Amino acid sequence: MYVAVKGGEKAISNAHRLFNEKRRGRRDVAEISTDQIDEQLSFAVDRVMSEGSLYDRNLAALAIKQSRGDMIEAIFLIRACRTTLPRFGSSKPIETSNMRIERRISATYKDIPGGQILGPTFDYQHRLLDFSLEEISSPEPVDFTEETIDENIPRVLDLLNSEGLIEPASQEQGGPASPPDLTLEPMEFPASRALRLQSLARGDEGFLLSLGYSTQRGYARNHAFAGEIRIGSVAVELAPEELGFTIEIGEIEISECEMINQFTDSKSTPPQFTRGYELAFGQSERKVMSMALVDRALRAEELGEEKTAPAQDEEFVLSHCDNVKATGFVEHLKLPHYVDFQAELELVRKMRSHSPQIQEAAE
Amino acid sequence: MIDSARSTRYNFAYLNEQTKKMIRRALLKAVAIPGYQVPFASREMPMPYGWGTGGVQVTASILEPHDVLKVIDQGADDTTNAVSIRNFFKKTANIKTTEITQEATVIQTRHRIPEHVLSENQILVYQVPIPEPLRFLEPRETETRKMHALEEYGLMHVKLYEDIAHHGHIATTYAYPVSVEGRYVMDPSPTPKFDNPKMNNMAALQLFGAGREMRIYAIPPYSQVTSLDFEDYPFEIQQWQEACALCGSQNSYLDEVIMDDKGERMFCCSDTDYCWRQQDEPGVAAQ
Repeated sequence: MYVAVKGGEKAISNAHRLFNEKRRGRRDVAEISTDQIDEQLSFAVDRVMSEGSLYDRNLAALAIKQSRGDMIEAIFLIRACRTTLPRFGSSKPIETSNMRIERRISATYKDIPGGQILGPTFDYQHRLLDFSLEEISSPEPVDFTEETIDENIPRVLDLLNSEGLIEPASQEQGGPASPPDLTLEPMEFPASRALRLQSLARGDEGFLLSLGYSTQRGYARNHAFAGEIRIGSVAVELAPEELGFTIEIGEIEISECEMINQFTDSKSTPPQFTRGYELAFGQSERKVMSMALVDRALRAEELGEEKTAPAQDEEFVLSHCDNVKATGFVEHLKLPHYVDFQAELELVRKMRSHSPQIQEAAE
Repeated sequence: MIDSARSTRYNFAYLNEQTKKMIRRALLKAVAIPGYQVPFASREMPMPYGWGTGGVQVTASILEPHDVLKVIDQGADDTTNAVSIRNFFKKTANIKTTEITQEATVIQTRHRIPEHVLSENQILVYQVPIPEPLRFLEPRETETRKMHALEEYGLMHVKLYEDIAHHGHIATTYAYPVSVEGRYVMDPSPTPKFDNPKMNNMAALQLFGAGREMRIYAIPPYSQVTSLDFEDYPFEIQQWQEACALCGSQNSYLDEVIMDDKGERMFCCSDTDYCWRQQDEPGVAAQ
């Protein structure tokens, strides 16, 4: 009987209890702590902070634990929490030139002022499973303090810019004095570059990786060079109106990527390289590189290029890069649709009753 | 680190007052321009996009402590998502909820309009997945906004005409486009076209929230809402040979239920509250 499908309330609460039980898993295995996640799964924490648009390692670690490691769910939890937080001001723009650098590389010059600093990276590791990690061990701590890194390392693209070989870092023409905030204002197209970059920073790493990759394979190819990738910590400063001066409120770890792209020349400017840029929370190298490629592709119109590929299509990219939106809408197909389905069912039956093939078969 | 005490203490109906104010402004604009899609800065809600975040934000912005809330999905109060949304407001707004259509002051709905006629002191809040009626004809927002501004709805009529040319009738059964007050073409959300006539001249205020798409629109009470059609192919609603197997109603929207693996079927009201009331006192709730 139809009534059998009723009782949604109890079913929901039971399903959630079962979920919590599954999350804890076997009781003879130690429960994971949020500190462990923060310390030992730090890339996951970085990604959740980045795409969740909230710099809080503790909350991100908690979200990862709560979501049983489902990254998009964790990002969603952070976004939903972020919604409810009050805003008490806008920070001054961070100055990445003054970054306390952990990693900094350039693919365009063999040696650069300040040097190439590899830092903690997957690069050049052989991807062989390290079975020693199966055991809990306490390796000797390693001391890295002997080498000091310069405080002010010049930016590679500034060196190019001093020769006029690359376009200057853009100042939005006639843009608003304070950057737009897509979490407070609805997105409208065409979007400013600042808004695009913001949207990409919240966008799904996988989606942007594939789009960036597509530009390398000829769908809006723009000949990218990794001009500079910097990862490290920068100070966040706030100038409260009532104080009248700037105070430092903390430090955040960020990744920044500046791409050097194919040159343009027009009647008004001599040939010069162009830029793609992005920045994200934490150590999110793959993501900033992908985003910088997409950022450059999205500048097609501004640079007078023909728009032929998905990565150049602002409405397409920005409307679909948000994984919280995407997962919600894709997964909403699980919700009951029997009313609309009934409407379609009735229509198909009606159409079939007039169909000559079916009438023939009946004769 | 955020104060941990905060997690247990949310504002009335979850959203903070600044957000409610922003949404109410969008609602006022929507009511002032019936059928026009007002962009609003939709917030992330604790339920997924596509699961009613637009409707939830609208409801959260209009709820007052004395309101009585009814939530339905597919016409029923006890479908899982309706239960989840109702519990959300019970928890965050601590308001009275009901399953009885006439008792509710605010009704949030997905895919149906209640069978019982709504009154002036009720507000119907629709959850909307794709607010743009022209979306599947033109995927670009920049283009469709232009088409609305210029009242350029030829494409929609061509689509309906092509249906008739191919099938001999209009092959749209739900989310059937309407024209509001003779100006904006509007998507009624994926309600079956059976419900379209109820929107016309409705005494209750109708509010539409699309969270993921960041749009709000409205139909003020007693507005003229017409389903698009042609003089020689007038708009028609679904009809059933059967009556509801539970209450015997012959003029409600019916769900088809498969009874066994031999294809045995029965039909019953999709509006569960209406169906219960009919079973108690046949004819009482009939329109």
